[in-house]
Amino acid sequence: MKQNKQFFRRLLAVAFWLTVWQAAAMAIGQEVFLVSPVQALRTLVQLLPRADFWQRVGFSSGRILLGFVLGAVVSVVLAVCAARWSAADALLAPVMQLVKATPVASFIILALVWVRGSALSVLISFLMVLPVLYGAVRTGIAGADVQLLEMAAVFRLPPGRRLRSIWLPAVLPAFRQGCSVALGICWKSGVAAEVIGLPNGSIGDALYRAKITLSTGELFAWTFVIILLSAGFEKLFLFALDKAVGAVLGEEGTKC
Amino acid sequence: MLKLQHLTKRFGTAPLFTDLCMEVNTPVVLWAPSGWGKTTLLRILMGLERPTAGSVEGAGRVAAVFQEDRLCPQLNAVQNVTLVLPGAENQYKEQIISDFQQLGMDIAALQLPARRLSGGQKRRVALLRALWAPSDTLLLDEPFTGMDPDTLQRAAALLRQRCAGKPVLLATHDESAIRALGWRVVELEKLGTRAKA
Repeated sequence: MKQNKQFFRRLLAVAFWLTVWQAAAMAIGQEVFLVSPVQALRTLVQLLPRADFWQRVGFSSGRILLGFVLGAVVSVVLAVCAARWSAADALLAPVMQLVKATPVASFIILALVWVRGSALSVLISFLMVLPVLYGAVRTGIAGADVQLLEMAAVFRLPPGRRLRSIWLPAVLPAFRQGCSVALGICWKSGVAAEVIGLPNGSIGDALYRAKITLSTGELFAWTFVIILLSAGFEKLFLFALDKAVGAVLGEEGTKC
Repeated sequence: MLKLQHLTKRFGTAPLFTDLCMEVNTPVVLWAPSGWGKTTLLRILMGLERPTAGSVEGAGRVAAVFQEDRLCPQLNAVQNVTLVLPGAENQYKEQIISDFQQLGMDIAALQLPARRLSGGQKRRVALLRALWAPSDTLLLDEPFTGMDPDTLQRAAALLRQRCAGKPVLLATHDESAIRALGWRVVELEKLGTRAKA
């Protein structure tokens, strides 16, 4: 009941802002400046049956998610090394600070020199995800229960059982939170990289074409697609991760 | 045989205990006034702290009930016990459940994750974990905390049954527990050690 009420309130809020958008578009009366939500939706519906639309979605999703997965794997490995060896921690700290503080546009322009346009979004997503998940995993590792680790040492628990019963329960919640943030960032930065690198057949390329042909309807339609893809992948990934977290943490306990 | 030879522990310049010598090959109760350093002594025997001087010999593989319960909160009671057993985790499940029932824990409680158990129930899990773990020496730090008198009697009976002929050091202030166990009581202050400064 409470959830229904909350959903209804959200729906009302969305409807309110769509009405404001529609009113603003009608007041301006020039689609080049601001297209109406109805027109944006109409453009999106026109894009949907086209093969190149789905090719672009596949092209960009594949590369951005590849960057995310690579970033996730590397950040876990590096965070474990940094937690284990203080020298690795000292070595990695300035690199992570640098990656975190450098504007994404600088990375994109620099990366254009290093890699082909089609690989640009992989590299940029990877770089944007890396410090976020590295920090999250480090936080999780630092939060592991010291008393349980002592217990594991006294009872001589094998590494696999330590991982499953102590380390994963400590790290997974922080990693999940980090993934939620990182997935949004990697879509934004990945598409930005495509807009600058202009790899053929990407969403970024479509956005750029919409800009130079003043097709504001397409610009809005593609933006809507990016938002949907980002939110969809986030929900899907977090659903899978929650299943894993639930299996490890046994939310309601397991039958003995 | 567990041998403590001239064991001394200082924190900075303040001595906790000095020149402690003891040989243990049977279950004993350690008794000392509060703040004497029993928990620190047990932590040294567990290998979690280094003595300032002296040595420990013959502890071998240790199992313990810590001052705190130290259970994995997401695991249920049986899983917390099987966690420390070598080999297949389900091998001794039935016997472990039977032990829990002997200590007055019902099936419903055994299905709950440890974080949902009461203080006394958690203590029973910690005790059974130590009893089931493979060990040469058993170290028990106030293992009866939070147990009602009936459960305490059952736990003491189980300890008497499982610990005969093994070096066991049990630290407690609970006189009813000491009576129920019927083990030799070692008063740490009388072991030629100087009391805490």
